[in-house]
Amino acid sequence: MNNPLKHVAVVGFVMFALLFGSTSFVQYFQAQALRDHELNTRTLVEELSRERGPILVDGTPVAYSVPVDDTYEYQRTYGADGMPAEVYAPVTGFFSIVSGASGLEKTENGLLAGTDDALFYDKISSIFTGSQPAGAAIEITLDPEAQMAAWNALGGQKGSVVALDPKTGDVLAMVSSPGWNPNPIASHDRDEALNAYERLIADDDNPAYNRAIGGNLYPPGSTFKLVTAAAALESGEYTPDSQLSGPATLDLPQTTATISNSGGGACGSGGTVSLADSLKNSCNTSFADLGMTLGSDAMSEQAQKFGFGESFDIPLQVSASSFPSDTNPPQLAQSSLGQFEVRATPLQMAMVSSAIANGGSLMHPQLIDQVRNARTLDLISEPSPREFSRPISGDTASALTDMMVSVVDDGTGTAAQIPGVDVAAKTGTAQHAQGAAPHAWFTSFAPADDPQVAVAVVVESGGNAGSQASGGRVAGPIAKAVMEAVINE
Amino acid sequence: MTYAPAVAEQRAPDAAARSQAPRPYRFAELMLTALAVVISAGAYALVGLGAEDTVPANVYWYTGWLAALGLGLHVLTWWRAKYADPVLVPLAILLNGIGLAMIYRIDLATESSTATSQLVWMTLGSILAGLVIVFLRDHRLLRRFTYTCGFAALAFLLLPLVPGLGTTINGARIWINVGPFSFQPGEIAKILLAVFFAGYLVSFRDQLVLAGPKILGIRFPRLRDLGPIIIAWVASVGILVLQRDLGTSLLFFGLFVAMLYVATGKKTWIFLGLGMFALGAFVAAQIFTHVQQRIDGWLGALTREEFEKTPGGSYQLVQGLFGMASGGLTGTGLGEGRPSVVPYAESDFIYASLGEELGMVGLFAILMLYLILFQRGMKIASSVRDGFGKLLTVGLTFTICLQCFIVIGGVTRLIPLTGLTTPFLAAGGSSLIGSWIIIGLLLRISDYARRPAEEFQTGVLTVLTDPEERAGQRSPSRGLLGGLRNRDAADPAGAEAADGHPRDPEAEVATTVHPAAAPGPEADVATTAHRTAPEHGAEPTPEHGEPEHGGDPR
Repeated sequence: MNNPLKHVAVVGFVMFALLFGSTSFVQYFQAQALRDHELNTRTLVEELSRERGPILVDGTPVAYSVPVDDTYEYQRTYGADGMPAEVYAPVTGFFSIVSGASGLEKTENGLLAGTDDALFYDKISSIFTGSQPAGAAIEITLDPEAQMAAWNALGGQKGSVVALDPKTGDVLAMVSSPGWNPNPIASHDRDEALNAYERLIADDDNPAYNRAIGGNLYPPGSTFKLVTAAAALESGEYTPDSQLSGPATLDLPQTTATISNSGGGACGSGGTVSLADSLKNSCNTSFADLGMTLGSDAMSEQAQKFGFGESFDIPLQVSASSFPSDTNPPQLAQSSLGQFEVRATPLQMAMVSSAIANGGSLMHPQLIDQVRNARTLDLISEPSPREFSRPISGDTASALTDMMVSVVDDGTGTAAQIPGVDVAAKTGTAQHAQGAAPHAWFTSFAPADDPQVAVAVVVESGGNAGSQASGGRVAGPIAKAVMEAVINE
Repeated sequence: MTYAPAVAEQRAPDAAARSQAPRPYRFAELMLTALAVVISAGAYALVGLGAEDTVPANVYWYTGWLAALGLGLHVLTWWRAKYADPVLVPLAILLNGIGLAMIYRIDLATESSTATSQLVWMTLGSILAGLVIVFLRDHRLLRRFTYTCGFAALAFLLLPLVPGLGTTINGARIWINVGPFSFQPGEIAKILLAVFFAGYLVSFRDQLVLAGPKILGIRFPRLRDLGPIIIAWVASVGILVLQRDLGTSLLFFGLFVAMLYVATGKKTWIFLGLGMFALGAFVAAQIFTHVQQRIDGWLGALTREEFEKTPGGSYQLVQGLFGMASGGLTGTGLGEGRPSVVPYAESDFIYASLGEELGMVGLFAILMLYLILFQRGMKIASSVRDGFGKLLTVGLTFTICLQCFIVIGGVTRLIPLTGLTTPFLAAGGSSLIGSWIIIGLLLRISDYARRPAEEFQTGVLTVLTDPEERAGQRSPSRGLLGGLRNRDAADPAGAEAADGHPRDPEAEVATTVHPAAAPGPEADVATTAHRTAPEHGAEPTPEHGEPEHGGDPR
């Protein structure tokens, strides 16, 4: 019987060898991948039991940790008096014991948790003093007045508002509606936290999308005519006074499709219209023709300079807006009007306005104002403003500014007039699905001579106005409210 | 062939061998046990330091308790199983001690007191191991209870199905409630089954090997030889499928195939066994949703879908993996991790808990302990002379090995996860008691395997002594056995009828040649002739069945 015995011994040894193998696989070879796995909440849980740094808006914490008497020691809490959690949720995100983190809670986790290398000296000292390393406090650029103005003006309609400081790129407002409340998701009760998270994810209105910088993106509609106009002016062959043909209906080459104006009539008298008037009245036929004349490459290039086609961090990750490449003439005609396959985030359209406002220099959007030691309040870092790109020349910028001012003065954007302040704007009413009410767009900046704020507003499917919506009527007042909030401070 | 002279001739070389009689290694056992106690107590203290920054107040009391258990077992082996393997007791205490420390660690996190009851079970288990050494003076006695064990195993397995007694925990109906305790009879049944398989196979292995039709060059055993064992197998596996406990089912099946292979030496059994299992697993996966769930949760473990699925899903497995990954190479240190995040961190997933806090290094050390235990068991199996002991040892040792493989393989995602306990480590009374009884049996058998002939005084089965001695004194026990043999010789058919199956062919030959002094089946093995007792196919009549310790002059 001893021979089979040896075989059984071999089988046993092989089994143990496999166990040694699988153990080292999990503990060593696969360990890093498992630690970084999206389902792994251990790191979060570990960080939860540390005092996590707050996220501050104008000195008031909108996300902060409260000491509690349970295993996690600190309860993450969102919102403050007059600063409802759901208004800031797209920016702060949540920090959950079961579902991980999102928003700045995720992207700035290292700083908030106190594990970032920027906190090196703090960590070293805590080793010697024996105290728990605390997370850093992050002051963000949002302007509470602008943020609340945007939220209130949107009034529960689905959509988004973004406001930028054109000179610095600071994000002054970032609203995504419908909002959501991160507090139940941060609950230490596993079931409650999981249920809240699942409800958020399952909601048909997709509140979890930060519509300002992500989600499904929107066709920008006529607000994109700013890019087309910029391309025309940059080509050197057009001035605001250049005459374009603006018939009531434009037959597109190679197809039976046509493009017509929203009013149904021709633009200007005698079928021709200046570039400036085309923008003021948002003439479709002239811009479609202009786009085809400029060509696919010129249009693509101009769009890219404004940031289309690029994903970047503010430090929330911004989805890349897109302008189709290699379009045929009819597609290009529609793309020049911000239709066809053009997609943009509200932030992207705010950047277009921001570049025009800032004399052609596009500043990189930024949400982080300062990072400070949460205890000593020592400044750890402060991102300085930096240029994103120079999409247009100063001349083009000032020409576009004048054209945009006339939009508000006596064009499609009169709803955004602010007494005593020159406002520059462009409206948009974007078709997005057969039979659905169009998205109402509005992008603007003010004051035109010394811009303090650039805004983009989108109200999905016309909001409360439905199919009767136009960018000027529905989105304009919202943009106005935000601009006023910033300017009147 | 005349028997006596042959024996006389064999005495000479044997006497030489005896002069270099094996050392008992009792001192080594004592030192190793002390080491195991110190490490266990150290782990316990470190848990307190890591989790609560203080050494547990009762650390001396705890150390004393473990030391008392170790010392008790040491004294018992020294007294009753002097030549027993010196590594078994320290191994068991160390594994048990490491497990206790980790259970205490989980207790601190969850504010429960599992460690206390685990210590009680450990105490009970080691006392049972001690009782095995003291009262089971010769493991071959168990062979008399082959069928009793078989039926008992069956009964134990059926117990949880009895309404009012059995309870379903986590979908598996493998528990019985006795007062405040719940118990898994399967843990004891596996030992009973090992005894049954060993006893049965040692009697029937020749039929299984030699008789039967040959198909495609493979000799298949006759159906009637195979009948009882098939029934036992179908019964145990069937019951377990009914009770939805796949791990134990796999364990029993592996135990059965391994013992069958060792008994017959035919590789066809392995392939036949693996084939049967593969077929069974496939059918089970098709029929039973819980099997399918396990497989889905294994293959797609790291997907959100499986992770969040209830019931079933991979939440526990994946949490365990995350815990182990956070431990990395050297672990977080005892008391410094978060093993309690994993459901059943103190029982089914204690391996993952240990991985988190002791790291890969710690787990390798634990695997080495199991590996040594397995190696010692296999060594005992190869050195023990009687077929029954050999089979029983293989069965018991392989059980531990396979159980480790099924649990640890499941926890590390090598194979689908099934509910079994890690021997000695995991919290759970029945498992611990089963494991300690196995240690007791291995101690008893290893003592038998290494004990020099002149010290053979178990007084239960006959000891073949020198012919002169035999002439001079007839011990009562010899007399009894002599009488038995005479009866055997006079009425072989009756003997066959008595136990319901034919006797060992070897034994039959021996008794026919010289009934009065018949050696065992291995009488033809020269070196063992003097020490092996006869292996009776027949069970002794009741009055012989009683162990008669006093009957043999010491």
